Amino acid sequence: MSTFWSLWIIILTVINVALILWVLLANRKVAVRDDEDPENRKTGHVYDGIEEYDNPLPRWWFNLFIATLIFSAVYLLLYPGLGAFQGLLNWSSTKELRGHQQQAEARFSERFGVYAETPIAELAEDPQAMRIGMRLFANNCAVCHGSDGGGNWGYPNLTNNDWIWGGEPEQILVSIRDGRQANMPGWSNVLGESGIADVTEHVLRIAGREHNTERAERGAQAFARNCAACHGAEGKGNPVLGAPDLTNDIWLYGGEPQEIRQTLREGRFGVMPAQKDMLREDRIHLLAAYVYSLSLDYDEE
Amino acid sequence: MKNHDIVEKNLGLMTILVIVAISFGGLVQIVPQFFLEETTVPVEGLRPLGAVELEGRDVYIREGCHVCHTQMVRPLRAEVERYGHYSVAGEFTYDHPFLWGSKRTGPDLARVGGRYTDDWHKVHLYNPRLVVPESNMPAFPWLYDNVLDGRHTARKMRALRAVGVPYTDEDIETAQEQVQGVTEMDAVVAYLQQLGTLIQEKR
Repeated sequence: MSTFWSLWIIILTVINVALILWVLLANRKVAVRDDEDPENRKTGHVYDGIEEYDNPLPRWWFNLFIATLIFSAVYLLLYPGLGAFQGLLNWSSTKELRGHQQQAEARFSERFGVYAETPIAELAEDPQAMRIGMRLFANNCAVCHGSDGGGNWGYPNLTNNDWIWGGEPEQILVSIRDGRQANMPGWSNVLGESGIADVTEHVLRIAGREHNTERAERGAQAFARNCAACHGAEGKGNPVLGAPDLTNDIWLYGGEPQEIRQTLREGRFGVMPAQKDMLREDRIHLLAAYVYSLSLDYDEE
Repeated sequence: MKNHDIVEKNLGLMTILVIVAISFGGLVQIVPQFFLEETTVPVEGLRPLGAVELEGRDVYIREGCHVCHTQMVRPLRAEVERYGHYSVAGEFTYDHPFLWGSKRTGPDLARVGGRYTDDWHKVHLYNPRLVVPESNMPAFPWLYDNVLDGRHTARKMRALRAVGVPYTDEDIETAQEQVQGVTEMDAVVAYLQQLGTLIQEKR
């Protein structure tokens, strides 16, 4: 803040307070003086027969006002308010924030440090760590994956053992830290609408759903030529490429024939945003453990 | 007090004194902000909104998003922990009017840029319940149907330039071309995805 604006603020503020004080004190005295009748304290104003006394301000009100003036003087002395003057306490909102953050860091860093050293699979068994993980998940992941991690249309279910990009601790960690970009191209130019319908029947067949066998036979050939490179000859998927397993009847974009056809037509390009620039490494580690823990019950079942 | 009479009986004088009395606050709290470095110098990397983002911002205003969503992360630990680095004045130098908002029915959006994918935003705006079952946000399905023609985009940019947003002649000339045919959905998502991306702090 330049000296000019600093002085501008200081001078105007002080003038303002001084003027208020003057108005307050000037109003205190009874101004009416009637030499003929010393007892008369009426101002002489008459409106429709209503007369006005010139009474001083009530004492409690006057004292309250003085108290607010003292409060503001003390406040302006201790806290920043008068231009560039920082106040005797040297307080600022950002300093307070940094202070609170340091306190929190001191309180939590040890625990997060221990967690960060603990392998993910082991951490997933620690109930206290998982309670913290649950809160991190609720704030950062639940909007897409659901507050229970159950996923949604287009957002994978994290509570089962079907993993598009791999369900090992290290793979989950990479998914969260670096994000994932799915790349299922659209096939309408290559397969045509009829070819897409054939492949759809084949996909329905390997998933164990109702299908048209004749079309599925034709679709199998097209599948082997075009789809097997990523999804594997049997359609079991490939976590390295993020190609989902098509045989387990778990669908990211819906398993109805028209939904599968739409996926084949225009492709799917789901994105898991990388968290490494947004969350600290120890938080990501804990989140990976939490996500890993979500499917542990499922595995036992 | 005798002098009261003078003020009470001269309307012109009273008007002037009233103006003097009420102008202190503005002179001290508002006027310096037009000249201070903290409020007038943009943060590094700040650029005026592109044509599509600008139209998206107007959709944001029209739909009243700012009524339920603030764009102001306050310097409090709980907020910084949840949303990211607190907002600074230099981020809003080109904002006319500001969309800081005053009430959070929904979460703050000052740092929402890049946090979710475009697809998520589209589904969520189409019907928030599809992705967040417990959400009470209204659905905005018509954003998919409304297509922008960009007729007024250049004029909006010229108006903003008049109040200090550094749009180039080229920006203004190509504005309509860029906006034409874009759905309101794409525009508002483009606007949301750039919010607060210049200052990042790991949470």
